[in-house]
Amino acid sequence: MTDINPQVTVMPPSTRRPDDAPVETTSRVRASDIIGPAVVFVLFIGLWYALSTTILPEQKRFLLPTPHKVLKEGFFTWQVGEQRGLFPILKSMWSSIQVAIIGLLITIVIGTALATAMATRRWVERATWPYLVALQSAPILAMTPLIRALIDGVQTQRVLVVVLIAFFPIVNNTLFGLLSVEKSQHELFTLHGANKWTRLTKLQFPAAMPNIFVGLRISAGLSVIGAVVGDFYFRQGGVVGIGAQIDIYRGRLWGSELVAAIILASVFGLVVFVVFGFLSKKAIGKWHTTTRGQ
Amino acid sequence: MAGALSFDNVGMTFPDGTRALDGSTFDVNPGEFVTVVGPSGCGKSTLLRIASNLETATEGTCNVDRDSIGYVFQDATLLPWRTVAKNIELLAELHGVDKAERVDRVRSVIDLVGLSGFGDKYPKQLSGGMKMRASLARSLVMKPRVFLFDEPFGALDEITRERLNDELLRLFQLEGFAGLFITHSISEAVYMSTKVLVMSSRPGRIVASFDVPFEYPRAHTLRYEPRFAELCGEVSAALRGALV
Repeated sequence: MTDINPQVTVMPPSTRRPDDAPVETTSRVRASDIIGPAVVFVLFIGLWYALSTTILPEQKRFLLPTPHKVLKEGFFTWQVGEQRGLFPILKSMWSSIQVAIIGLLITIVIGTALATAMATRRWVERATWPYLVALQSAPILAMTPLIRALIDGVQTQRVLVVVLIAFFPIVNNTLFGLLSVEKSQHELFTLHGANKWTRLTKLQFPAAMPNIFVGLRISAGLSVIGAVVGDFYFRQGGVVGIGAQIDIYRGRLWGSELVAAIILASVFGLVVFVVFGFLSKKAIGKWHTTTRGQ
Repeated sequence: MAGALSFDNVGMTFPDGTRALDGSTFDVNPGEFVTVVGPSGCGKSTLLRIASNLETATEGTCNVDRDSIGYVFQDATLLPWRTVAKNIELLAELHGVDKAERVDRVRSVIDLVGLSGFGDKYPKQLSGGMKMRASLARSLVMKPRVFLFDEPFGALDEITRERLNDELLRLFQLEGFAGLFITHSISEAVYMSTKVLVMSSRPGRIVASFDVPFEYPRAHTLRYEPRFAELCGEVSAALRGALV
């Protein structure tokens, strides 16, 4: 017979957090966060050199000059003639940035208002939803001849393209956020006699903020694309956006400026992404757990 | 005299034809703590939803002072974008209590539920037990005369649950509200209440009622006394009968 000897093991108090203790959260940067992107960057530059010196057929290499040539002629040359150098690129960038920002602001105002109306009045949602989906799937660029014919002023035309392209994600995400408040939270407000307005301002909008910021970030990115692409179709003497500028460089076979302009347009898109990530973190990072603004 | 909360032959059939509740009659008076135990899905929560007017009974009448109801949900239902203090303030805000008064009330209840020093934290920084404390505090701010609890401690570990049982009883003695508590734990029901009602399943009907004779304040060691076990056994037997 084995001697039964009950052993009582006492766990050290730190091994288990009871339900009644506060939760601690930590975050830190790991080395792999930096090394990974750095390796990819080096590979990318290497590939670029390979393309512009050996891989591309000789008669095409002028369109993709080596990185150092692009740096020298596209970024470290201020201005040569009317069109060449960093200054003309920045000038046309600024024109596109304005268009993107104005378009985005209009989109935010109209889109949020529409989403609010849709969330509070069922018939508005039913009446407009099919057309929003149609707008989302319509090729906006195919509408450019019509826009050009119907609307005067290059600036207005460019802004309109931005609004059309950026509109859907704002409405869709805001609406989704406003409607996906937990039932029990709604009931809490019902129990205490909250009216529609109180419900909207104190419950639905705060709860929708994470979704609204997702929509904002997508729409902001699209507004950059809308502005750059709109430039290709709407231009006239004085106002030349970055898209039109890129097209000019392509036509004149100025490879360094072409690549520099493309890089700057991409940086613009990246800046918008980072800015909205930052804003989102500022606005909801304290209470929302899955914000990943970097 | 009718209680602070009285059910008179209350029945409920949902629009889809589901019979949730069958002729239930009972009163809860101020200073009474009535607990309803029953199997999951038996319509216990429907009782609370009718009492708070979230649902309207299809038969019978339920009388209650609707302006003075506190309702504690199964989950804490805190608003994650508000700090603990701001969450506790919410109901007073919805009822239009002015700012200075609100801050005053929040300060007093936050101590009462043992959350001093956590007013500036956000819900995501709190554990399950602390969230429930905040949820309790939020209702306490309105000094409800009728307090409805829908399995509030069901998701907590046992130690935390027992601790919160004691704190809730302390609040009950302090405030003297009429309490209606839903749970599926027999020992929690007996430990907390002045009266335990046993509900059968589908449709829910009250099949047995037990007066709990133990004096307040109750010590947590009460749970290990023979007379406590005996009463739990009787409630359990009634529950088993209800299930057949």
